[in-house]
Amino acid sequence: MTLSDRRGAASPQAAGGPARLRVAVVGAGPAGVRAVEQLRRAGVEPCWMDEAPDGGGRIYQRPPPGFARGHRALYGADAKRARALHAALDALKPRVDWRPETLVWNIRPQDRALDIQRRGGRDEVHYDALILCTGAMDRVIPIPGWTLPGVATLGGAQIALKAQGVAIGARPVFVGTGPLLWLAALQYARAGAPPALVLDTTPFMTKLMASAGLLWNLPVFLRGLRYMAALRTSGVRVAEDATPLAIEGDATVTALRWRDAGWREHVTPCDAVALGWGLKPEAQLADLAGVPFGFDAIGQNWVPQHDAAGRTPLRGIYLAGDGAGIGGAEVAELSGTRAALALLEDHGLGFDHALRAHLDGRLRTEARFRAALERAFPWPRRLARSMSDETLLCRCEAITAGELRAAAQHGAPEVNRAKALSRIGMGRCQGRVCGASAAEVLAETLGVPVVEVGRLRSQMPVKPIPMGPPQ
Amino acid sequence: MMREADVLIVGGGGAGCSAALHLARRGARVILLERGLVGGQASGVNYGGVRQQGRHPAQLPLARRSREIWGRMRALIGTDAEFDPCGHLKLARSADEEADLLRWNTMAAAHGLAPRMIGRNAIRAEHPWLSEQVVAGSLMEEDGAANPRLLAPALARAARDAGAELREDHRVASLAHDGLRFLLDANGTRFAAPMLLNCAGFWAGEIAAQFGEPVPVEALHPNMLVTEPLPYFCRHNLGVVGGDLYLRQIPRGNVIFGGGRGSGDADAMRTRPSADAAFAAMQRAVALIPRLAAAMVIRSWTGTDGQMPDSQPVLGPSRTTPGLIHAFGFSGHGFMLGPAVGAVLSELVLDGRTDIPLEAFDIARFTRQDAPADDIWKLRL
Repeated sequence: MTLSDRRGAASPQAAGGPARLRVAVVGAGPAGVRAVEQLRRAGVEPCWMDEAPDGGGRIYQRPPPGFARGHRALYGADAKRARALHAALDALKPRVDWRPETLVWNIRPQDRALDIQRRGGRDEVHYDALILCTGAMDRVIPIPGWTLPGVATLGGAQIALKAQGVAIGARPVFVGTGPLLWLAALQYARAGAPPALVLDTTPFMTKLMASAGLLWNLPVFLRGLRYMAALRTSGVRVAEDATPLAIEGDATVTALRWRDAGWREHVTPCDAVALGWGLKPEAQLADLAGVPFGFDAIGQNWVPQHDAAGRTPLRGIYLAGDGAGIGGAEVAELSGTRAALALLEDHGLGFDHALRAHLDGRLRTEARFRAALERAFPWPRRLARSMSDETLLCRCEAITAGELRAAAQHGAPEVNRAKALSRIGMGRCQGRVCGASAAEVLAETLGVPVVEVGRLRSQMPVKPIPMGPPQ
Repeated sequence: MMREADVLIVGGGGAGCSAALHLARRGARVILLERGLVGGQASGVNYGGVRQQGRHPAQLPLARRSREIWGRMRALIGTDAEFDPCGHLKLARSADEEADLLRWNTMAAAHGLAPRMIGRNAIRAEHPWLSEQVVAGSLMEEDGAANPRLLAPALARAARDAGAELREDHRVASLAHDGLRFLLDANGTRFAAPMLLNCAGFWAGEIAAQFGEPVPVEALHPNMLVTEPLPYFCRHNLGVVGGDLYLRQIPRGNVIFGGGRGSGDADAMRTRPSADAAFAAMQRAVALIPRLAAAMVIRSWTGTDGQMPDSQPVLGPSRTTPGLIHAFGFSGHGFMLGPAVGAVLSELVLDGRTDIPLEAFDIARFTRQDAPADDIWKLRL
């Protein structure tokens, strides 16, 4: 027996050394890039998958080949971070099993296998350890007219601008709350499509009250203040503590009807609307893997359980980035690195102890900042709960809020039963879009806290997969 | 605390809820205990077929009785659970399978059913979207489909309205018979009654074993899938001889289909669909209906039913314990029967008899010494 064999026996997973350890990483956004970077440093060669044609995630999504706009134009103040992440991504691709345009649509934890779909073909990936960096999506609240052509999410509006160089409209309205509301609106103003209105449902005072906590990340806080000031001084109309009432129009968006803090109604003509109230984790794979979920009362999101390093209660499964709980791009990079270190440590492989200590400190500070940010831009529960009965809540199945309320009266103590009775969340998006608002409407009808109505269980496939052709 | 009743029911699926309804309507004091929510397992996650087509002859009297109830469901419970008598078309993909269809049709005619045989040319003319695989079909026009998610909750509501007490989230922690009464403990309350209906699906096996009659029931996890809405093309509920694919299109356009088995953990409470079974079912569906190759599957699901070795349910009185009546092990085709099973159970409780023949479903069949006769219908289920 050689020395290396004996070492392998001490930590069986690492038998044969890092090159033999099968690690799968899902997602190539900031978290995925930094996780893979750290794995590669330790000699692990992961299978690395992303749904998109290229990495970078939604935040640093790259334009298609041939587009000439530079990092500065695309990512603004984040250009330096974006450039660094893209450089790391490009350096890693040839050194791992890189699989873009790959949808991971199921996980079989008992087999330690992922079912994947790539350009119509079915395949599977076996792993000894798995890092899920599955990102986030916009959290929306349906308002009348939200399914009209011309309505996008805030994230969608921003991606249209940065990845495609197009605006969702020449005179858009931005509605919601959160840093992205202000950032996307400013980016549109600078790109030559100044918003007709920025409607923030959060009162100015709420933001002010949270500002002490925001000092935990002073540079980001100051940058946010600069964005807000720049937007206000650029002549864009800003309404805070306001309520969107309806998006108007027949074939396409023509106006937003809204109410200001003083209860006065306004109609603002526009040709597009971007909506969003923060983000929610895309954690379906963690759910299918069997990771338990808990309700984060500050962010008002269900999040998969994990420790500060990204370890889930399930051996060999790690989480990083917004898919593990909303933290933003900077935290995603830190948590991606941290999860990879945890994986290496747990499998008896060498890792950078000093880096681990540094990251743990940074992540603690960032968590305080994030909590303050969530308080500064709270999820406006009342807006979801006060949805009129006629409002289309589930757009995939065309179910109104009234139909959900009727189902609740028929005996739906939690969201999965409400789904069974009303079809809410049963369609193509599987409740990703309407789920958070549906839970509020149900909780309000039942008169219970939203945590008590639970969350929609994930089912495979995580996203729609084609049936054929015969193989 | 002690709650007394005339009848206790364990299990809030279609059979249990229907029994509660029929018993309460006839004035019995009923308490039903369900460990989760009513209709949460086999009754709620199945395909939703309301089918006499292809059933074992022993089940036809029960199925006919149930079909009659399905026809007046709205009057009975205030909703039809989206029951649509769209017809069940069973397809043959070979000459042997065609012979199977003919044989069943002849038998069914003797039971008063009127299946219609459709030959190769006619079936192609009527359903041009079927592939060359299909050589013939048998159509039961009065069969159809319903929404399984709605039936048990609707039966439960009607039962409550009739005075039955249905307790959800009540897991039975212990059960016993003191010679006169059944004593069940759940959620810190003791429930007592001289009659007990064992309608607990796969988990009914534990209850039967507790009363000295173990049965070879296994967990069955149907593997179900649904596509996004497609242009409407398919009126009938479709099946194939052999049963490895069943498929229907609901009016809003989604195609619901199933085939193969999912998996579950040891106590069958946590279940998951199988990716392999899902792909196999997709392949079979595309082979039968080529236009489905372009469809996207948006969701899959499963749950837990009880499977018996002969695919016949256990339905009838216990052979060990007076007052105990079993109704479980419907082996993947109980959804349609649920309404009649409840009616039959109410008759067994209140009248001591029923007109529906139950010999084939006797729990004693698993302990008989004589070897079972070859059953030519068994593979057809």
